[in-house]
Amino acid sequence: MTQDLAAYGYLIAAIFFIMSLRGLSSPETARGGNLFGIVGMVIAIGVTVLTPGVVSPWLIVAGLLVGGSVGTVVALRIQMTALPQLVAAFHSLVGLAAVFVAAAAFVSPDAFGLGAPGKIKTASLIEMGLGTAIGAVTFTGSIVAFAKLQGLVSGAPLIFRGQHLLNALLGVALVALLVWFAMRGHPAAFILLIVLSLLLGFLLILPIGGADMPVVVSMLNSYSGWAAAGIGFTLSNTALIVTGALVGASGAILSYIMCKGMNRSIFNVILGGFGTDAAGAAAAAGKNDRPVKAGSAEDAAFLMQNAGSVIIVPGYGMAVAQAQHALREMSDLLKKSGVTVRYAIHPVAGRMPGHMNVLLAEANVPYDEVFELDDINRDFASTDVAFVIGANDVTNPAAKTDPQSAIYGMPILEVDRAQTVLFVKRGMSSGYAGVENELFFRDNTMMLFADAKAMCDAIVKALSGSSH
Amino acid sequence: MDDKLAGQAAKLASQAQELASNLRGVAQQITDQAALNVAGLPDGHMPFVALLTIFALACFVGYYVVWRVTPALHSPLMAVTNAVSSVIIVGALLAAGLKGLGAAQLFGAIAVALAAVNIFGGFIVTHRMLSMFKKKQPVKK
Repeated sequence: MTQDLAAYGYLIAAIFFIMSLRGLSSPETARGGNLFGIVGMVIAIGVTVLTPGVVSPWLIVAGLLVGGSVGTVVALRIQMTALPQLVAAFHSLVGLAAVFVAAAAFVSPDAFGLGAPGKIKTASLIEMGLGTAIGAVTFTGSIVAFAKLQGLVSGAPLIFRGQHLLNALLGVALVALLVWFAMRGHPAAFILLIVLSLLLGFLLILPIGGADMPVVVSMLNSYSGWAAAGIGFTLSNTALIVTGALVGASGAILSYIMCKGMNRSIFNVILGGFGTDAAGAAAAAGKNDRPVKAGSAEDAAFLMQNAGSVIIVPGYGMAVAQAQHALREMSDLLKKSGVTVRYAIHPVAGRMPGHMNVLLAEANVPYDEVFELDDINRDFASTDVAFVIGANDVTNPAAKTDPQSAIYGMPILEVDRAQTVLFVKRGMSSGYAGVENELFFRDNTMMLFADAKAMCDAIVKALSGSSH
Repeated sequence: MDDKLAGQAAKLASQAQELASNLRGVAQQITDQAALNVAGLPDGHMPFVALLTIFALACFVGYYVVWRVTPALHSPLMAVTNAVSSVIIVGALLAAGLKGLGAAQLFGAIAVALAAVNIFGGFIVTHRMLSMFKKKQPVKK
């Protein structure tokens, strides 16, 4: 296959990738979208293998076999709660792959049409350097994100004095190295560039707290795209450039949505350290003895069974307790007795964008019962019971009323407008932001102190007991 | 007389031949030069500005396409973009498919394996997620 023909193939692959993302605009077309992606990938790989430059298939076959089987096994075994870790790990691999491709192009540029070794053009060196740097940052950054999500290291932000100064200096040094590399194309510059970028990736993500990981994972998604695009420039490959741009844009938009969901700027997240000072202060201040109304599973079952409509507000705590199946059972029973049950999802409800939707889908909750914040917020006022399980900060009215609050301005689910609020919680502790929730003390709130799964099971028991 | 004429003719012919070959050389040079002026690039490579144009337009396409993705599918979106960005494997394939066994081939093979993990893993996990999204069943009475 000639280079010209290959270019047409890459164009077709790029179109398939665009169609693939386009398919995700609704759950009905989404599976088709995934198929488009697979076809695009097969075309891209097929076209490349058929170009005259590829003469020895053995390493390719070996690589595909090893990588393919690892990927397949992992993807089939992974639990949906562990999805964010998996995606972070996958991002790290894209970053590392980008570094290796750039390294291959650097040691034998003739194979990529970039000129003789040691005589690569400046433009190619710049593209190569950028792709390498972004790829390396993505690699180590994603590893830190993975470790935090997996609980291998503490999710708490790791902060030390002069951290931002150090990162800024590293950034400046990186740019200087890039310039040196572009001018001379020296191997030492290339290696230093990789080392420095790897270090920067670590340091950038370390200060960011565990619960900010949705933003980080999205951001790294974006980086992996830009790294691919950078390599695409080096190889003059349109499929890579288009795909890189798509992925880069996608990650950037997701980061933006996540930040908006927390009412924080992206810089605020990147600079990190959120949830340390505030949490400490609130823990000290949170010791007051205001009365709360506590209820039992039977009370909750009675209230919901006699309600016309119930909106369930699940948070990450629900997923941690693995309560989603029990929760679905509960809502099935309620539906059977004529109650309208819907789910309301806050943008940052899970550990990655859309995570909660997947967890509910896994528990067989139909997606047309699940609503986003903007679509359901108005309905709380006309709802009998809001059932909050494993969520806290995203329901806190202080976000609207108290300008002093750490979460002020964050969009919330307005559960306080419902006639009755049921709050499943293990204790009175404050949420991630360290802010006490005023809702607990309201007259129309009933606290259900228990583990999320145990409470759902108990309610299910009470519900089925009363209906037989 | 005839011999002289024949000799001159032969000389002329050889000169003509020489001229023709010179011309051919010049013509070749001109085409080479022209090709270089148009692209200045080796086979299959495009001018930077063309690539940048594609990149900029693709960013816009990405922007509009991604905003249309329903928030409920943001996790599958992430998984599939992750799989798709592993198209970086094309660069790895070029290196791994080179003749012989050197650093480039080794780097290429590693990159092929890494990207393959993503491609297979990404598409499969996306499929798993998407197959869980079901519509409401008609209520059984």
